Amino acid sequence: MAIFGSRRFLSRSFWSLSPHPLRVCIVGSGPAGFYTAEKMLKAHQGSQVDIIDRLPTPYGLVRSGVAPDHPETKNVINQVSRVAQNGGCSFLGNIALGSSVSLAELRELYHVVVLAYGAESDRVLGIPGEDLKGVHSAREFVWWYNGHPDGRNLNPDLKSTDTAVILGQGNVALDVARILLRPTSELATTDIASYALTALEQSFIRKVYMVGRRGPVQAACTAKELREVLGIKDLCIHIKEADLKITPTDVEEMKNSRIHRRIYDLLSKAAVAGPSEPSSGRRELHFVFYRQPARFLESFDKMGYVSGVHLEKTALKGTGPGKQIAVGTGQSEDLSCGIVLKSIGYKSVPVDGLPFDNPKGVVPNIKGRVLSDNSGDPTLLENGLYVCGWLKRGPTGIIGTNLYCAEETVASVSEDLEHGVLASTASLPKPGRDGLLQILDNRNVRVVQFSAWERIDEEEKRLGSLRNKPREKLTTWEELLKAASE
Amino acid sequence: MLISKLSRVGFLIAKELSRGQYTYMSRTRFRQMPCGRYQRSLLELLPETRAFQGAIFQKHRDFSTSASNNASEGGDEQKETISVTFVSKDGEEIPIRVPMGMSMLEAAHENDIELEGACEGSLACSTCHVIVMDMEYYNKLEDPIDEENDMLDLAFGLTETSRLGCQIIASPELDGIRLAIPAATRNVAIDGYVAKPH
Ligand SMILES: Cc1cc2nc3c(=O)[nH]c(=O)nc-3n(C[C@H](O)[C@H](O)[C@H](O)COP(=O)(O)OP(=O)(O)OC[C@H]3O[C@@H](n4cnc5c(N)ncnc54)[C@H](O)[C@@H]3O)c2cc1C
Ligand SMILES: NC(=O)c1ccc[n+]([C@@H]2O[C@H](COP(=O)([O-])OP(=O)(O)OC[C@H]3O[C@@H](n4cnc5c(N)ncnc54)[C@H](OP(=O)(O)O)[C@@H]3O)[C@@H](O)[C@H]2O)c1
Ligand code: FES
Repeated sequence: MAIFGSRRFLSRSFWSLSPHPLRVCIVGSGPAGFYTAEKMLKAHQGSQVDIIDRLPTPYGLVRSGVAPDHPETKNVINQVSRVAQNGGCSFLGNIALGSSVSLAELRELYHVVVLAYGAESDRVLGIPGEDLKGVHSAREFVWWYNGHPDGRNLNPDLKSTDTAVILGQGNVALDVARILLRPTSELATTDIASYALTALEQSFIRKVYMVGRRGPVQAACTAKELREVLGIKDLCIHIKEADLKITPTDVEEMKNSRIHRRIYDLLSKAAVAGPSEPSSGRRELHFVFYRQPARFLESFDKMGYVSGVHLEKTALKGTGPGKQIAVGTGQSEDLSCGIVLKSIGYKSVPVDGLPFDNPKGVVPNIKGRVLSDNSGDPTLLENGLYVCGWLKRGPTGIIGTNLYCAEETVASVSEDLEHGVLASTASLPKPGRDGLLQILDNRNVRVVQFSAWERIDEEEKRLGSLRNKPREKLTTWEELLKAASE
Repeated sequence: MLISKLSRVGFLIAKELSRGQYTYMSRTRFRQMPCGRYQRSLLELLPETRAFQGAIFQKHRDFSTSASNNASEGGDEQKETISVTFVSKDGEEIPIRVPMGMSMLEAAHENDIELEGACEGSLACSTCHVIVMDMEYYNKLEDPIDEENDMLDLAFGLTETSRLGCQIIASPELDGIRLAIPAATRNVAIDGYVAKPH
């Protein structure tokens, strides 16, 4: 493919001529990390780029986030794995920034450190009952069905209830709803974790409520995913006519946003089309608009377990052109359920020594250059430290968004190398990969190189072929590390 | 009105035919056509292309026009291919010839043009987004299907003449089409249109 083929231009940078290579460490092997590596290698031929990840497996959310029934989306792996096979680039798995190696150490070892470790925590609602059993974050649920080694112990209870509530109406909420509602025969031939498939086959969940605090015009999902969920076989879609009423401000909002216009159209059409007579046993998806969670209700007979959500009705309030927020109206209602999946967004976690904007959950930066504090003062830069992907922009955007994000970050690195802060430091040799491997060896950290990941990959594909699945993911650390070393 | 509708139907048929035709076409034949490659290898010798992009833009264009004229003298080959010009992220114009029935995404990749295609043409990513630089050519294209529109919703730097490269299939009408590849670091100006945020 083009990007990895012969390059037309002579490299713009001088690393190939310089006596020691530019050492670059990228933390995180998701789309942001891989696209950064690709752009770095292209802009600075001869540089040595290491991508480290805390997992023995690469690809970040493409492996552990993208839904199992979306194999075409995962095609991107074919491209990015070619980056890892580029001579100048190494994938080094099973290395966690913060525990295996510190940020200060990486900055000592490398000229350039690009943090692209995503968002591995959750936004919280901060309402009573949030830690009741049966209230999970969508991230945990997604990790569970996608076989992330830190996700398999979730064991969501899908048997004691027929009703699930999903809070939020973004694409993750739609993924989760689809996995709960789609006929399991259609999931059986995907790379879904086998324990999750079994649990879903035995699931009693029939009704899913997807609750949004704003209206159908503001829904955060995208059209392809909505269309897909609306088309699930034998599924009754419920949308209240009254919720589809729109105001002149809504109309204005749609005029400025093609995607909101198209989402609203799809929802309106679905509301007109269904629901037909809800025949018994048919699964139901209810879109609930203008409701925000106020507290979770505890079950009377099962102490410590969730039995429903107390929802406050909302109304929209304009806060600026094209921007409306939800405000509580004081009226409320209860929605009974046995499981809640909070899908209100992911959140990044800081590591020691990293400037972090806690309320926003991102690293303060200007075009990918990490700033020393949250004051926004562009002159206070962390030399040689950059950021990309969800850690830079917050937890939104599709895979392709990270391509442009990486382009911007790498452009900043290039500028700094050419006539900025990096020009002087980059002329001194740095230990790079050898130094890192030395430190890790001293600490008995077992590094999983790309070739070892390929062994995991092969084993997963082999196991998958036995069950008519594209792969059967290894879902424990032990299995993964064992396959890596075989 | 009626006429344009009819000609559109004709176009659709042609397009369907050419789609079918492609499945029988061997890639090797395409690879043997060196014109795109040749021009660009000359460009490699001009390192100033990058540094003085703006300044030599015009010259560069002239160069590519004359080059593709030369190429079109190639008799038979010409009938089965059309001329397509990609405008890269750096603003460089890259003229290539594309066999009928081939998608612009494949054509870009065959010619080492940096156009992403994360989902490999399965309408699941929008990274193959291209901007048709002339309204006239944009109007010759069949309307995007729902699934393409779904992905265009998410395309970076969407414009009025945006399409997905994996969905534009070479057909005779498109001979001479120019496609810009959007970049984070550059705004593409299309005749009469500006990029609009979404
Ligand atoms: C559930 C879900 C489904 C999605 N589906 C789609 C889809 O279908 N199509 C689409 O286009 N987009 C989809 N997206 C969005 C897309 O996945 C993201 O835009 C993208 O993955 C973000 O890239 P990233 O590299 O910033 O983060 P990530 O992909 O999360 O990568 C971060 C990497 O860093 C590693 N890491 C974390 N902490 C550390 C540490 N301390 N040390 C070392 N490594 C660490 C992680 O293991 C991970 O590999 C989805 C997102 C989610 C959450
Ligand atoms: N197939 C795909 O392409 C795909 C699949 C999955 C994910 N993704 C992408 O990954 C990104 C993350 O997806 P996401 O679904 O996690 O995030 P998201 O799109 O930002 O959606 C978050 C949802 O949570 C709601 N919310 C946030 N805070 C809330 C609160 N305090 N109370 C109630 N509701 C609250 C939001 O409502 P408000 O709008 O009112 O804030 C919104 O409905 C998105 O960009 C998405 O497109 C893509
Ligand atoms: S290559 Fe993914 S949509 Fe065209």
